[in-house]
This record gives sequence, C-alpha cells and structure tokens, in this order.
Amino acid sequence: MMISKKQRHWVAFNTLVTREIRRFLRIWPQTLLPPAITMTLYFIIFGNLIGSRIGEMGGFNYMDYIVPGIIMMSVINNAYANVASSFFSAKFQNHIEELIVAPVPNYLILIGYVAGGTARGLLVGLIVTFVSLFFTSFEIQHIGLTISMVLLSAIMFSIAGFINAIYARSFDEIAIIPTFILTPLTYLGGVFYSISLLPDFWQNVSLLNPILYLVNAFRFGMLGVSDIPVVAAFAIIGLFIIGLSSFALYLLHKGTGIKH
Amino acid sequence: MKALSIKNLTKIYQNDLEALRGIDLDVEQGDFFALLGPNGAGKSTTIGIITSLVTKTAGKVHVFDVDIDIDPELAKTHIGLVPQEFNFNGFEQVKHILITQAGYYGIPPHQAAPRADELLHQLGLWEKRHSTARSLSGGMKRRLMIARALVHKPRLLILDEPTAGVDIELRRSMWLFLQKINAEGTTIILTTHYLEEAENLCRNIAIIDQGCIIENTDMKSLLNRVDSETFVLDIKSTLPKNIDLSGISYQQLDDNTLEVEICRDDNLNQLFSLLSSQGIEVCSMKNKANRLEELFLNLVETSALNS
Repeated sequence: MMISKKQRHWVAFNTLVTREIRRFLRIWPQTLLPPAITMTLYFIIFGNLIGSRIGEMGGFNYMDYIVPGIIMMSVINNAYANVASSFFSAKFQNHIEELIVAPVPNYLILIGYVAGGTARGLLVGLIVTFVSLFFTSFEIQHIGLTISMVLLSAIMFSIAGFINAIYARSFDEIAIIPTFILTPLTYLGGVFYSISLLPDFWQNVSLLNPILYLVNAFRFGMLGVSDIPVVAAFAIIGLFIIGLSSFALYLLHKGTGIKH
Repeated sequence: MKALSIKNLTKIYQNDLEALRGIDLDVEQGDFFALLGPNGAGKSTTIGIITSLVTKTAGKVHVFDVDIDIDPELAKTHIGLVPQEFNFNGFEQVKHILITQAGYYGIPPHQAAPRADELLHQLGLWEKRHSTARSLSGGMKRRLMIARALVHKPRLLILDEPTAGVDIELRRSMWLFLQKINAEGTTIILTTHYLEEAENLCRNIAIIDQGCIIENTDMKSLLNRVDSETFVLDIKSTLPKNIDLSGISYQQLDDNTLEVEICRDDNLNQLFSLLSSQGIEVCSMKNKANRLEELFLNLVETSALNS
C-alpha cells in the first residue's frame, strides 16, 4: 500500500516524539525527580527561611514572587538538557544514523527533538508548579499569556540545546553551555529579584539578558507584575526561535557533526 | 531499470583524503552483488554516500532511477542498510527498535508490529523481543540490524560486512536467510572480508581499491580466470623420498602432507594416477586458499604496483 509523503511525515514525527517522551519517562529518576527535589529546596530555603525575612517584592510576599521564576528556570533547563543530551547520545551511539538513512526530512528531525524537549520542559514545569502549591497558593492572572510564554520558552531552549548537541564532541561539551552560560543568565534574569533593586547601570546591563524577558513575562502572566514590557518578551522570543531554528536547519543541511 | 547506478562518484574528505576517484558502478535489479576491497579502499564511503551518511564531492547516484540529489526521500524508501558497526540505542527494547525504525518510514505501529514479529521469528530473535539491545550477544546484534534494515521491506538491501565476528554456524544461517530474501526479489549488495561468502552468495562482483574500481564482472567469469589452484593433500603413510609427479609443481610440507599446484590445463585424474602408481594413498584434500581470495590478492597487488 502506497502512503503519501504527508502521511509518512506525520507517522515519522509521531514516532520521533513518542521515542523522545518514552526516553525521558524511562529515566525519570534522572529527568523528572531531580528538578522536583532541587526546586523544593529553593522553595524551602529561599522562599520560606530567607524569604520570610526579606518581606515584599513587587508588591507580593517573596515566596509568591519567586514561584514564576523558579517554574520558568526549571522549564528552560530541562527543555535544553533533554534535547542536548538525547541528540548527543544519538550521535555518540551512532543511532542518529537510523534517522539519517530514513526518509525523514531535516525539519522533521528538528521538530521531533524540539517537541520532545518541550514536552519534558512542560512536564517538569507542571511538577514544580504542583510542588509550589505546598508552599503557597496563587491565582493565574493571564492564563493564555502564561501558557504561551512557557511553551515558547521551552521551544526556544530546546532548539538551543539541539544546536549545542550538533557541535558537541563529548559529554563535557553539552555541560559547558548550561553551566557557564545558561545558569548564570537564569540566576541574573530576575528569578529571585526585581531588577528595580539594581543600580541603573546594572539594570541596563540586565536588559541585555534574554532570560530576563521570559521570566518577567511569565511572572506577568501569573502575578500581573513585570519589570519589562511583555510585548518585548514575545518579540525577543519570536526572533530567537526564528534565528535559532534557521541556524539549526542550516547545520543539519550541511551535515555538521553528523555526516562525514 | 537498475537497482543502483553510480556515475563518476568522487569523495574527498576534509583532510584531503581522496576516498573515491570517480567510480562507475551498476547493479541490476534482483542481483546479489559483492563489493570487495581491502580496508580503506572506499567501500564504506560508497555505501555511506548511497545511504546519505556521507556527503559526496561529485558524481551521480540513482537508486531505482531516483536521483538521490533530486528526491533523496524517495530514494531512501527503497534502501535498507546493515552497517558495519552496531548503531542502535542499546537501552531500547529489541521490538521497539524495529517499530521505531518502521515509523521513520511512515509505517504506523499497528502495521509495523506484525512485520517486526515476523522478522524476529525469522531471525531467531523472538525470545529476546523484550530485551534491551545491549543485552544481546554479538551475533544477535548483527541479526537485529538485519531485521531493522528489512522492516520497511526495502527493494535494495546493503550489507556492510554483516557477518564480521559471527561464528560459522550463524554465518551459514544468515547466508540462507539472505539467499531466501534475494530469491524473493530483494536486490542485495554485500561487502565482506570473507571471500568464501562472496563466492557462495554473489552473482556479480566489483573490486575497489584506493578509490577506484579495478574489476567489475560476473563471478563466474572472474573465477574462470584462475590459472592454477593449490591443493593440500593428506597422505595415508609416510611419503617416499623421491616422488615423480612429471611436470606438476609440488612441495612436500611434512612426511604426510603434500602441496600441489594444478594448472588450468592439468587435471586431478592425472595427479591421482601418478600418486597411485607410486603407492601413495590420499586420505583427504582441500584447497589451500579460496579461489576468489587468490584472484582478489592478485588484482589488489597488481593495482598497487600500477599505482
């Protein structure tokens, strides 16, 4: 029975996404449990113990203020890590060849991996949100904006993780970017504080950090407060998604890191 | 229509290594074709280009008349590849690997599952269907790669040294399986270092060396070119000191072993008559080397001298 190209692509996409989701669910003690534990510690230490002495921030008690940032931080880290480690492992074990020899176009390979990363990012985000309910309660102010921001952020960082994995030649090289770039940018991206606390110069420097926009737009969605205009966050995330995905497709077309 | 047509295929790697120097190759539909060559000759590069794992520098490749540059997806649907190295996710279950691979070819799980079951039975992997791939023995891993390559029913199966490191019993069962699917219509291209394997299975052959095709013919014609064959004879009792084999070249290896070279014009009856007349009884006889092996070595040596 002949199948159309469209049908073939749809089945291939589903196969790839199912495989990716099955992978991170199979190794849940490595993928889902650690963020739940780490973020619980953040809530206990920063939110409960230290936060009670800090008082209000942005018109909210400190625990409520950091919840959106911590959720967004876990989404970003897990979306990135999922694609980076999964695609690099496929390269390392050579089973990326299963995909290259099959009639799966490059854009579908990218979308499949990104969908897997996004799925893990969102699932971890849900778990952390659930954990946060043990420490506080909140009402989401703008549900559509909140969901679209978390979804787009997961997509953006999944693509970034994919590019990292394309270039990586060892497991060390998929840890370098998260450790030395992603984590500092996240911590300095307004997860734990409002940039209005900073001197003018550092406020302006902070505005160069794209994660600041994502965290604040997400916080606006949940709490209704933000240090930056929310429209700017959507513009930045849109530009990054277009730029990064174009670059990833270019690398796949060239065969960088996967073909000889 | 040819199963595979290669014209002027060239590959120069980034380190300036010229792996392929404009090779031409045709494989007919239904053929069982051997692509032989020493290590580093360009076999795997050729296979890599056909299957998109390697980017070519120049030349054209058609798979069942589909240009791999114009419609790579369609070309890929025709090909099944069994690579030299194990390249599956060792942490996945055997059956999952087959169903996932089928999915990449657009076959949904409910259609892929019966096909996977059939292949698992045929290749003796049924009992291991729920095991992770890394827990399989070497021979089972090889068979898993064959099953994976066949799950989408390709018209062209390419096997890059499929029996490397496989014991003789398993190798022979794999030969039977490959002969069966070839008889059912699948075109097969095989690279191997076991020349006995190529001689037994393949109808046509190309020999590649230093990126050039140095021989491309049918197996029968090639084997007819063997000028002489060397046989090792086990003799029942101790050999006499002076043996007269009138013109047949021979060498006494020890008291009970004789090595004789029989030219194409000579015949074995003549040899046995001479031995018998001198009271020498032969217990057993074997070829010193496989015929194709001798030809292969001659061709590769000549090619090296010419270059």
